[in-house]
Amino acid sequence: MSLLSSGRSGASRRTVLRGAAAAGALAATGVFAGCGMPGTRRDPAECRAPDRSGSDRRLVVSNWPLYIDVSEDDESIRPTLELFTERTGISVSYQEDINDNNEFFGKVRNQLSACQPIDRDIVVLTDWMAARLVRLGWVQPLNPGALPNVTANLLDSLRDRPWDSDNKYAVPWQTGLSGIAYNGNVTSEVRSMDELLTRPDLRGKVTCLSEMRDTMGLLLLDQGSDPSNFTEQEFTRALDKLQAAVDNGHVRRFTGNDYAQELAKGDIAACVAWSGDVIQLNFEDEKVRFVPPDAGVMLWSDNMQVPNEATHQRNAEKFMNFYYEPAVAAELAAWVNYICPVKGAQEEMAKIDPELAENPLIFPDEQVLAGSKVFMPLNEAEERLYEEQFQQVIGA
Amino acid sequence: MTALIGTASGGAAPGTPPEAAPVARNRRRWSPYLLLLPGGLWLLLFFVLPSVQLAGTSLYDRSGSLETGYQQGFAFSNYLDAIQAYWPHLLRSAVYAGIATVICLVIGYPLAYAIAQKAGRWRNLMLVCVIAPFFTTFLVRTLAWKSILSDNGALVEFLRGLPLIGDDFRLLATPAAVICGLVYNFLPFMVLPLYASLERLDGRLLEASRDLYATPVQTFRKVTLPLSMPGVVAGTLLTFIPAAGDYINAELLGTPNQYMIGNVIDSSFLVRLDYPLAAALSFLLMATILIMVFAYVRRAGSEEVV
Repeated sequence: MSLLSSGRSGASRRTVLRGAAAAGALAATGVFAGCGMPGTRRDPAECRAPDRSGSDRRLVVSNWPLYIDVSEDDESIRPTLELFTERTGISVSYQEDINDNNEFFGKVRNQLSACQPIDRDIVVLTDWMAARLVRLGWVQPLNPGALPNVTANLLDSLRDRPWDSDNKYAVPWQTGLSGIAYNGNVTSEVRSMDELLTRPDLRGKVTCLSEMRDTMGLLLLDQGSDPSNFTEQEFTRALDKLQAAVDNGHVRRFTGNDYAQELAKGDIAACVAWSGDVIQLNFEDEKVRFVPPDAGVMLWSDNMQVPNEATHQRNAEKFMNFYYEPAVAAELAAWVNYICPVKGAQEEMAKIDPELAENPLIFPDEQVLAGSKVFMPLNEAEERLYEEQFQQVIGA
Repeated sequence: MTALIGTASGGAAPGTPPEAAPVARNRRRWSPYLLLLPGGLWLLLFFVLPSVQLAGTSLYDRSGSLETGYQQGFAFSNYLDAIQAYWPHLLRSAVYAGIATVICLVIGYPLAYAIAQKAGRWRNLMLVCVIAPFFTTFLVRTLAWKSILSDNGALVEFLRGLPLIGDDFRLLATPAAVICGLVYNFLPFMVLPLYASLERLDGRLLEASRDLYATPVQTFRKVTLPLSMPGVVAGTLLTFIPAAGDYINAELLGTPNQYMIGNVIDSSFLVRLDYPLAAALSFLLMATILIMVFAYVRRAGSEEVV
């Protein structure tokens, strides 16, 4: 009450500040007394919602932008999706709200770690993030009986990946290669990572990807190590090479997707790149080319997964199965231009667009696929160790 | 509002019972608190509580992890670790933001002066031009600078044509590019407060100064500049503070060697999931900025800045 009588208006600046400080201190002690943050690993069996697929003919899919076919006349029409709805009667709410693996993880972290629904039935995430969700127990095991097309048509090199044996938790949506790209207008062909990081005429005109697994995987291959099974010494040796190239200004910067425009303009002469991006650039300027290095390429996928507490898992499995029909897969691949993970799609593609069916970046030949590697699955401690060292080299 | 109406009607109607007056006064006593309530709640919910939570996070034992959880270990050593590992980034942030602020002031002052004092009927149009870039998003504006400074862009081609520099010369991916981006993106924050204070400048004072035989330079130093100091202080603060925490410019226009503290915080939170370190760095950034701002305001307040 003395607060109120201290002035005509009752609230002098000082008393208000004093009150605020007291409230703040109270809140502070409250939180400080609390003991940290609980762990986030969950058991998928305990975080399973009753499946409402039968009565509720709906499905919510979260995917990356520009990752599905659209009609040439009307961009709001997605032909393969419409076909799916027509055939199954399941209406799909398709959201393009994944722009970055880490960002999306940050977005759903709180809910999934508390076994709360994220209101999505399928999320599409890149290998390492998909592996992390499996490790954390945040995704539901799939029912192989509901996925006959996947069982029959999945590319061999994508079966039994180290982080998902038996393809229990994830089905690839699209796949891609990481390799080297160069702009023939400003430089000559670059065939190996060693050349990329040391050739004098490229100095200051080289970028690498800020995704550790792509850049480091290629470097490991280049020195003769196996990215799917390497030691800490081997990793350090590869990282030292990168560090040297950063220190002497050879590597200009580390990028996400944003290298594409700079490569097209020639600000970047050569870089570590994703095949799907380069295919698009190549259509516009055929001197921009993708090179699978002789030492091997990295193979990565974006994977469909069913998050915990999803209420339409059976619908989701129908969706996955549908996109593994070769004809549907070909139609999708013709539009998105990444590597199609479905066997038999190449023959179907030949009917739509024979030229694309011959494109080695959509249907790579056996030799390239055989020489491709998937990055080793890391446990949390390893992931942190390697990621920290890598982030230090790339400057953040 | 109710309090005001209560007293008004209480005064106007002679037949009101006497008890009504204390009630109204009581209400009036509470009204400042009620008026503070929305702002206070907002501050509490979105600033105080997150800050406290962040402070708590910054003291977690770093041997924990997202998967296993973190223990509250009151690990003040996190701050030492953060400084040891990332002092260059902190320093770089302060230096880049400082240089950008000075350049903004040098460009912004004449511009604001011209708009406020000399523009006449063009004044509104010029103000709109200052704000116009804000109609596009921050990202797009920064990406546009990427094209302008591009190695094969007109600007670099032109500079290469001059005999002063070699063929290796480039602007993109240098400190100059980052600072340039900062200056461009935050210039309006400098110009608008400067404009506000210069616009109120009393022309008669300038005439008086002239009548007292002051040269234009003296008039500027003794009259115009001191009177516009509030604008200068507000402008520099509004420019420096966000610039020091910015990471988009460094990421898009710079290289790893230009990364600022914001880039490190971003990657610690999102990529490395090292929450204690990220929280400690956030507090260090806040502390650095607060110290610099207090030091500056004290000097500026005592007019020594002039």
